[in-house]
Amino acid sequence: MAELLEQYRAVAPPGTIEFLRQLGRRLEGTRMLHVNSTRYGGGVAEMLHRLLPLFEELGIRTRWEVMTGSEAFYHTTKSFHNALQGMSQHITKAMFDEYLEINRENAKRLNFDADVAMIHDPQPAALIGSRPPGARWLWRCHIDVSAPQPAVWQFLRPFVSQYDAAIVSLQKFARRLPVPQFIVYPSIDPLSDKNRELTQEEITSIMEKLGVPTDKPILLQVSRFDRFKDPLGVVAAYRIVKQSHDCRLVLAGGTATDDPEGAAVLAEVQEAVGLDPDVQFLLLPPTANLEINALQRAATIILQKSVREGFGLTVTEAMWKGKPVIGGDTGGITVQLIHGYTGYTVNSPAGAAFYIKRLLNEPERIEAIGRQAKEFARNRFLVTRHVQDYLGVMIHLARRTA
Amino acid sequence: MNPSVNEYRRALRPFQFVSCMELREVLGKRATDVVRLLELMEEVPLDSIYYHTHSFYLRHSYAQTLYPNDFATWVALYAHDRVLGEQLGVLDPFAYLSLDALRQEIITIIDDHLSSHPAVYRAMSGEPFDFIRSHVIEAPLDRQAWTLSEFRNAVREVEAGALYFHLCEARMRKTTGFDDFSHWLSARDGLSMPELAAQVQRVVRLGLNLEGMRARIVALCDAELMAHGGTA
Repeated sequence: MAELLEQYRAVAPPGTIEFLRQLGRRLEGTRMLHVNSTRYGGGVAEMLHRLLPLFEELGIRTRWEVMTGSEAFYHTTKSFHNALQGMSQHITKAMFDEYLEINRENAKRLNFDADVAMIHDPQPAALIGSRPPGARWLWRCHIDVSAPQPAVWQFLRPFVSQYDAAIVSLQKFARRLPVPQFIVYPSIDPLSDKNRELTQEEITSIMEKLGVPTDKPILLQVSRFDRFKDPLGVVAAYRIVKQSHDCRLVLAGGTATDDPEGAAVLAEVQEAVGLDPDVQFLLLPPTANLEINALQRAATIILQKSVREGFGLTVTEAMWKGKPVIGGDTGGITVQLIHGYTGYTVNSPAGAAFYIKRLLNEPERIEAIGRQAKEFARNRFLVTRHVQDYLGVMIHLARRTA
Repeated sequence: MNPSVNEYRRALRPFQFVSCMELREVLGKRATDVVRLLELMEEVPLDSIYYHTHSFYLRHSYAQTLYPNDFATWVALYAHDRVLGEQLGVLDPFAYLSLDALRQEIITIIDDHLSSHPAVYRAMSGEPFDFIRSHVIEAPLDRQAWTLSEFRNAVREVEAGALYFHLCEARMRKTTGFDDFSHWLSARDGLSMPELAAQVQRVVRLGLNLEGMRARIVALCDAELMAHGGTA
């Protein structure tokens, strides 16, 4: 089997692999450590599984340590997570104490022997007190901490301020800190089941299995049933379009069994739709990567009409499949969709309907925007660029130290 | 039979291709209106002026957004001042030999505009403008050119980062207004082709994106090779 990096040659921009190898040579032998709170499940773990083998191939000796904690600790860090993203949470002194205690225990147990350590998200942030002399530690923040609940940020800030640098996913997510803050966008893996090329036979077979007819243009939104994703706005836009254009709407989201709020939103949207046979709800498990891939490839136009969004990688996923995306003018969607070039950003259901109609009226525009969107995704949001950015941070810090 | 350019012009010193990437650092300086943009423009490091003007070309190597610099695009789209956006949009960052001169020009444009349109500066933006600083990290590629034909083929094939490094970044690095390509093409130990070098130098000033510059330079090389009976 070809080296993993070589497999990306066909999908990454020309010259990418050579440039990565050159950057890797400058860091050859560097010992890198990643620390997070889970090895499986969640976006960070998924990303690390993709990135680590690539670092290894580039000559960087990479290890991954996972912290362990009590149920109370994970309950606390879930509350931290919500509070840092602006939701009101009740955090007690006991919760802060538990957080510190678990970090202390992990500091004794984990092996921090590395030249560079990347500490992911708030859970292990307090490990910074155990940084070995000479090592460079980076706090990698994957969440939007631009408007946090003050008490939680004030608690974490002294830890974060001790790192050599922080890395955020979007400039808007940055906070005032006394250390450099770099921007590294998230990425998709073009070779994963969710994004790899599919044959027409595969797409047809999966669409049949899902029970989605392909006889009319398909408008698709893939996202959990969450008010911030504005599924009701999507339905409102569809209704406007439907007055003049025959099309289907597919709303694909997660199963709602462990998400009471999601279940309530789903019920609201279903009620708003009523008995429209051209609107379909698909409740898919987290493992339905091929299904999502096929849906995105079968769709005519993809929506991500969020009113609040983190980075919104579903937009990149759709762009990578050469589809025009109409997205909410918020969060990371604005760095992915260049209005009128790689998609459209909108602020209302009427805006979404306007651009859906424009695209349906002009199939050549669907093709042109889809092509431009794919190239944009290729250049900016693939895993190879993610690796490159991390190498860049490491080289920059080494240069600064020298 | 004409000897081809390939046959009679071989450089004494090869052109060594180098590529680069850009690391983005958030400065924590944020403007929500044009007045604040102007104030911050005066205090941010020059690396930040560079990021929002020159390295725009690296980030949008093939895409044309509204205007070819972040200041103009933000002013037009989010501060809702299209007149100022147009004035900033037409700026050619490569016309300035120093970043400080470019900064002063931008400040003058905004200041003059605010003085003559006092109502505008109160407009709040939809999205803030975050000042970002650029750190360029370069690495040599395993690619050299000794002849025009080799040079042309390499320009056609190297990644956008290499074009950016040699055409855009070089002009600031050298502070002579010369890009690396035209410098080598005209140099005595390079290909000693000053006319072609001058044509290449003009390409950077046309307002093209990087892919547009690539296509023009390849075409110029092809024309030169054809004129001398050579082939690409």
